[in-house]
Amino acid sequence: MTNPLPSNRNEAWRYSDIAAVEAAWPLPDPENIMVPAGGDFARAIIQESGTIHQINLTIGAGANAAIHVLNIGGAYGRIELNVTLHDGADFNLGAVQIGGETQTLEIVTTVTHAEPNATSNQIVRSVLAKKATGSYLGKVAVARDAQKTDSVQDVKAMVLDRTATANAKPELEIFADDVQCAHGATVGELDKQALFYLASRGLPPAEAKKLMLQAFVAGVFDGAQAQEEFTDKALAKLGGLV
Amino acid sequence: MLQIENLHATVGDKPILKGLTLTLNAGEVHAIMGPNGAGKSTLSYVIGGRPGYEVTQGSVTFNGQDLLDMDPHERAAAGLFLGFQYPVEIPGVSNVQFLREAANAQRKLREQEPLSGGEFLKLAKEKAALLKMDMEMLKRPVNVGFSGGEKKRNEMVQMGILDPALAILDETDSGLDIDALRVVGDGINSIMRAPDKAVLLITHYQRLLDYVQPDFVHVLADGRIVKTGGAELAKQLEAEGYEAIAA
Repeated sequence: MTNPLPSNRNEAWRYSDIAAVEAAWPLPDPENIMVPAGGDFARAIIQESGTIHQINLTIGAGANAAIHVLNIGGAYGRIELNVTLHDGADFNLGAVQIGGETQTLEIVTTVTHAEPNATSNQIVRSVLAKKATGSYLGKVAVARDAQKTDSVQDVKAMVLDRTATANAKPELEIFADDVQCAHGATVGELDKQALFYLASRGLPPAEAKKLMLQAFVAGVFDGAQAQEEFTDKALAKLGGLV
Repeated sequence: MLQIENLHATVGDKPILKGLTLTLNAGEVHAIMGPNGAGKSTLSYVIGGRPGYEVTQGSVTFNGQDLLDMDPHERAAAGLFLGFQYPVEIPGVSNVQFLREAANAQRKLREQEPLSGGEFLKLAKEKAALLKMDMEMLKRPVNVGFSGGEKKRNEMVQMGILDPALAILDETDSGLDIDALRVVGDGINSIMRAPDKAVLLITHYQRLLDYVQPDFVHVLADGRIVKTGGAELAKQLEAEGYEAIAA
């Protein structure tokens, strides 16, 4: 069965570059990953060429899964994760997207706490320059019986030019009553006072910006497979934007 | 070393400096005192090149170069250090990393070889010890979670590492307890008291001047220097207040 091409009226594709989606249509089947009960799974995704990744991830009881994402390449790059957590499962997402020119980059997640005692933690950092658009659409759904769910969505975007766009839409759908679901989303610009402080010590403007952006994305890749490669590629991309 | 001629500056169209003239020679320590709103901090920011502070008239010359024509980082590389009244907190950026990059950026502009990691750490340890600051604090993010006094001490450690020819220190004494004041005073003397260096201390109070003896004291009021004297002028100000002197 082929799904119809989405449009911007479709919520999960609201900020997408539909022309780019159409060019890639029909999309290959999503990748299905099952982490068995008690298992341990890690995946590092570096999106460098403008592709759409769709992953269905099911995390069995007591299992852990960590996904790290660096979304930096191509005119349109999309990472879409549909995650289902069973009893006591743990999901971690650490994602950085860095866009310039007219790039459209997005991370779209649906994290379903289907059973009790599961934890999920999503950290997303976006840096956007020129006319780039970066979006995070993240839905956390907590099923009726999924008590003691603990979920965090920590979403921050840094806009380097007033012409760039950041969208952040953390969303909660909770049907249980004993849960903790924290979400925060901020969009900001580099602190001008801090930039002047760094410049007054001798750092050229681009170096000062790069240092602050490095701090902004720092920590997201901690513990990632290929952490060094992530960091190097993120810094190289940041260096090209400032 | 520094010549300020008839300097006029505005902040958001509001005139703050209104014809300030001041000369600092190598080997001298000058103090600028004055009431709130006189333009003391504006003077330091104009010399440092902070965006938003616009010079409308006059000139600032530093070792023969037109300072106002240079970007803030170029001023630093030319040998200027600005000690902030309110040092900025920068989460995530470690002091040592930032200072090493800053020191090496300055050296690059001066066409000097960069300091290696080892050379830099040795220098940083030496200056931290001078200011009695724990090396662990230097590894932490810039000024984050530091007390007011620790921030000022950190400014002085930075000054020691960057080794400027001219330091403009804006209320470096505020927020310091008596012991810290002595440490900072000793630090300023040891780092900046040299025949080829000069210091401009901006302060409200005489107490820092007990530790760092100024050669000249200037009273700044309503955007210009209204009186100049020796160290005794600071004591007279402390005893009689600005109004009596500046009027």
